[in-house]
Amino acid sequence: MTEPTGDVVWRHKDLLGIAGLDATEIQLILDTAESFLEVARRPIKKVPTLRGRTVLNLFFEPSTRTRSSFELAEKRLSADSLNFSGSGSALSKGETLIDTARNLQAMSPDLVVVRHQDPGVPHLLAQRLEAGVVNAGDGAHEHPTQALLDAFTILQHKQRLDGLTVAIVGDIDHSRVVRSNIHLLTTMGATVRIAGPRTLMPVAIERMGVTVHYSLDEAIADADVVMMLRVQLERQQRGLFPSNREYFRLFGLTEERLRRAADDAIVMHPGPMNRGVEIDSAVADGPTSVILDQVANGVAVRMAILYLLMVARKEAA
Amino acid sequence: MSEPGRNGSGDGASVLLRGGRVVDPSQDLDAKVDLLVENGRVARLGEALAADQEIEVVDVDGLVVVPGLIELRAQLGEPGFEQRETLRTGLAAAAAGGYTGLGALPATEPPVDTRSVVEMLRAEAARHATARLHPIAALSRRLAGEELTEMGELAEAGAVAVGDGARPQRDAALLRRALQYASHFDLPVFCRATDPQLDRGGVMHEGEQSTRLGLRGQPRISEESVVARDVLLAEDTRGRYHLAPVSTRGAVEQMRRAKERGLRVSCDVTPMHLLLTDEAVATGGFSTALRVDPPLRTADDVEALLEACADGTIDAITGEHRPHHADEKADVQFSVAPPGVSALETTVSVCLDRLVGRGFLSLARLVELLSTGPARILGVDGGSLAVGSVADVTLLDLEREVTIEPRAFRSLGRSTPFAGWTLRGAPVGTYLAGRHIAGRRIAGRRVDLP
Repeated sequence: MTEPTGDVVWRHKDLLGIAGLDATEIQLILDTAESFLEVARRPIKKVPTLRGRTVLNLFFEPSTRTRSSFELAEKRLSADSLNFSGSGSALSKGETLIDTARNLQAMSPDLVVVRHQDPGVPHLLAQRLEAGVVNAGDGAHEHPTQALLDAFTILQHKQRLDGLTVAIVGDIDHSRVVRSNIHLLTTMGATVRIAGPRTLMPVAIERMGVTVHYSLDEAIADADVVMMLRVQLERQQRGLFPSNREYFRLFGLTEERLRRAADDAIVMHPGPMNRGVEIDSAVADGPTSVILDQVANGVAVRMAILYLLMVARKEAA
Repeated sequence: MSEPGRNGSGDGASVLLRGGRVVDPSQDLDAKVDLLVENGRVARLGEALAADQEIEVVDVDGLVVVPGLIELRAQLGEPGFEQRETLRTGLAAAAAGGYTGLGALPATEPPVDTRSVVEMLRAEAARHATARLHPIAALSRRLAGEELTEMGELAEAGAVAVGDGARPQRDAALLRRALQYASHFDLPVFCRATDPQLDRGGVMHEGEQSTRLGLRGQPRISEESVVARDVLLAEDTRGRYHLAPVSTRGAVEQMRRAKERGLRVSCDVTPMHLLLTDEAVATGGFSTALRVDPPLRTADDVEALLEACADGTIDAITGEHRPHHADEKADVQFSVAPPGVSALETTVSVCLDRLVGRGFLSLARLVELLSTGPARILGVDGGSLAVGSVADVTLLDLEREVTIEPRAFRSLGRSTPFAGWTLRGAPVGTYLAGRHIAGRRIAGRRVDLP
């Protein structure tokens, strides 16, 4: 492969969120990911781009999908990676976050990938660490790599973002995916509709430049993209909606309801899915579903981000 | 600091403060007059007063002389949390911040729920003699919100108010009994109005910013619904209710109406809620110095609170001093940081510059909010320089420029949203019963910052 080089300009030490990135920067990541996608099609899926570089994967919150996607991206870039997870002893509870940061700094990593249940943790680490920090999800705040891989997937199928109508449905309040997607899609010129029960709708979200709907049918009417969000069981247990059964009746995506969307609409889900709660299996596994493409693209997008952050650091050094 | 070990509230000193601008809202006075203090009491106010040869004369030309400022309520750490603040550091911080008195909140370990703790606090505070300490006792035993404390004995021992500090009263029946019972001793009942169930573990104001940041929000209805209940209880009991603090437009409007109906209610506000909004949490990059309780609200609330400060709905400004150790406050993420800041050494300058300097309040009104109002709520001496009053005095220099530098605080707390702010106007000295306490002591010359 020809490594993306030349006039690539990336000026950030960290990727903490989509908020703050402009359309050019988002486009740069997506273009770079395109080059890395090609690596996955080779028999030997490895490039030496990050040889000798150390990446720490710091997952304070359980994650299978995102963590393995990052790990695979790091391996394919030949980086040395080290994993810490919340259940392990390395991230013990008595330690303050700043203690953790000091300990990490002592290992001289080049990049730190962090997921945490509290918003702002990647930001705090970024302030204290010399290493670049990649936000792999901070509470209900942002999940920038997910939004980027979603955009990349939409582009594969629609060849554009500008002018598309994207409906995002589900537990909006607790979703970092939706916040990053709103920033990204509105920056790139798409129209975003948000739908879900009022009890799972954060106040004033329309100020983020979206329209708010309390009816699935209304939200997905003529939409080009329908993105379903995971509804966590604990939300129902905490009384935010009465039952999964009723949730599915009101906001579950079925083949029949999907007919209201544009004829060539695609269906997305950041995973893991609750079949029969937010999405019917017939849709999840059907021809309009691009859910597995999202997973495949995740690796390429994360390779692109790791690469860009290292390029920036090389320039700074 | 001068002459530590002497209790300023005892035998008073004599001094003539000459040439200052005396601003005393209690007697509607704003004039360049001399202030003569004899034996710890204000003896005379007038132009070109002559002093006995015995008396020290201090030239305060160019300074403003006001009744000693009183921090209505501050949480110190002693006993139990001395890593956060001791009585010594807290009172020294108060004096340096321009205060001559301080209401001390009861959330210590053990809490201030028995006579012996009140007595211990008063005895310890008297040893330091930098500012008067007015204990605010717990409303409920162990601050648990279940059983009333022995308010009669607590008042006898010197407690000037009751309240459970930052802990809201969930049990309306307990609060009702507290308002009834405290009225036997004319104690105001301090309440933090919020509904923990509506707050759902929120760490900032619920609104656009909490939505953007993905942080749990505390809705304004949480404060406003509890204020509505509390005002009804105050009316029902005719008790003395003090809302500490008020932070939303809806809550302050309820207080205004309650006062119009003649209820015995009062409320305070913090400079943070008068000057900052929830947007600061976003622009401040999740700084834990902005984690305060109640949370920073919106520009609309700020507008309502400023109006209420000017029109008398709000009775006092408190810094809401609630210091923490850096390990628990600065080295952690926003969601787990405890609410509270170090405020004793920032409040007066912040108010002088941002409230008076920018025309939101007159200087006289600010003095009322920082001295006369707190004295009236707590029912303590002070808040006035009328002849015969205790001569607790604060000197202000309206021109002095200061930069808030937490590392230089006498307080052990270092977290403040005002760090780095450069402000015009500062306290430059205090007198307790005529005895010089804070500020450099240069007889015959203007008093300077230490």
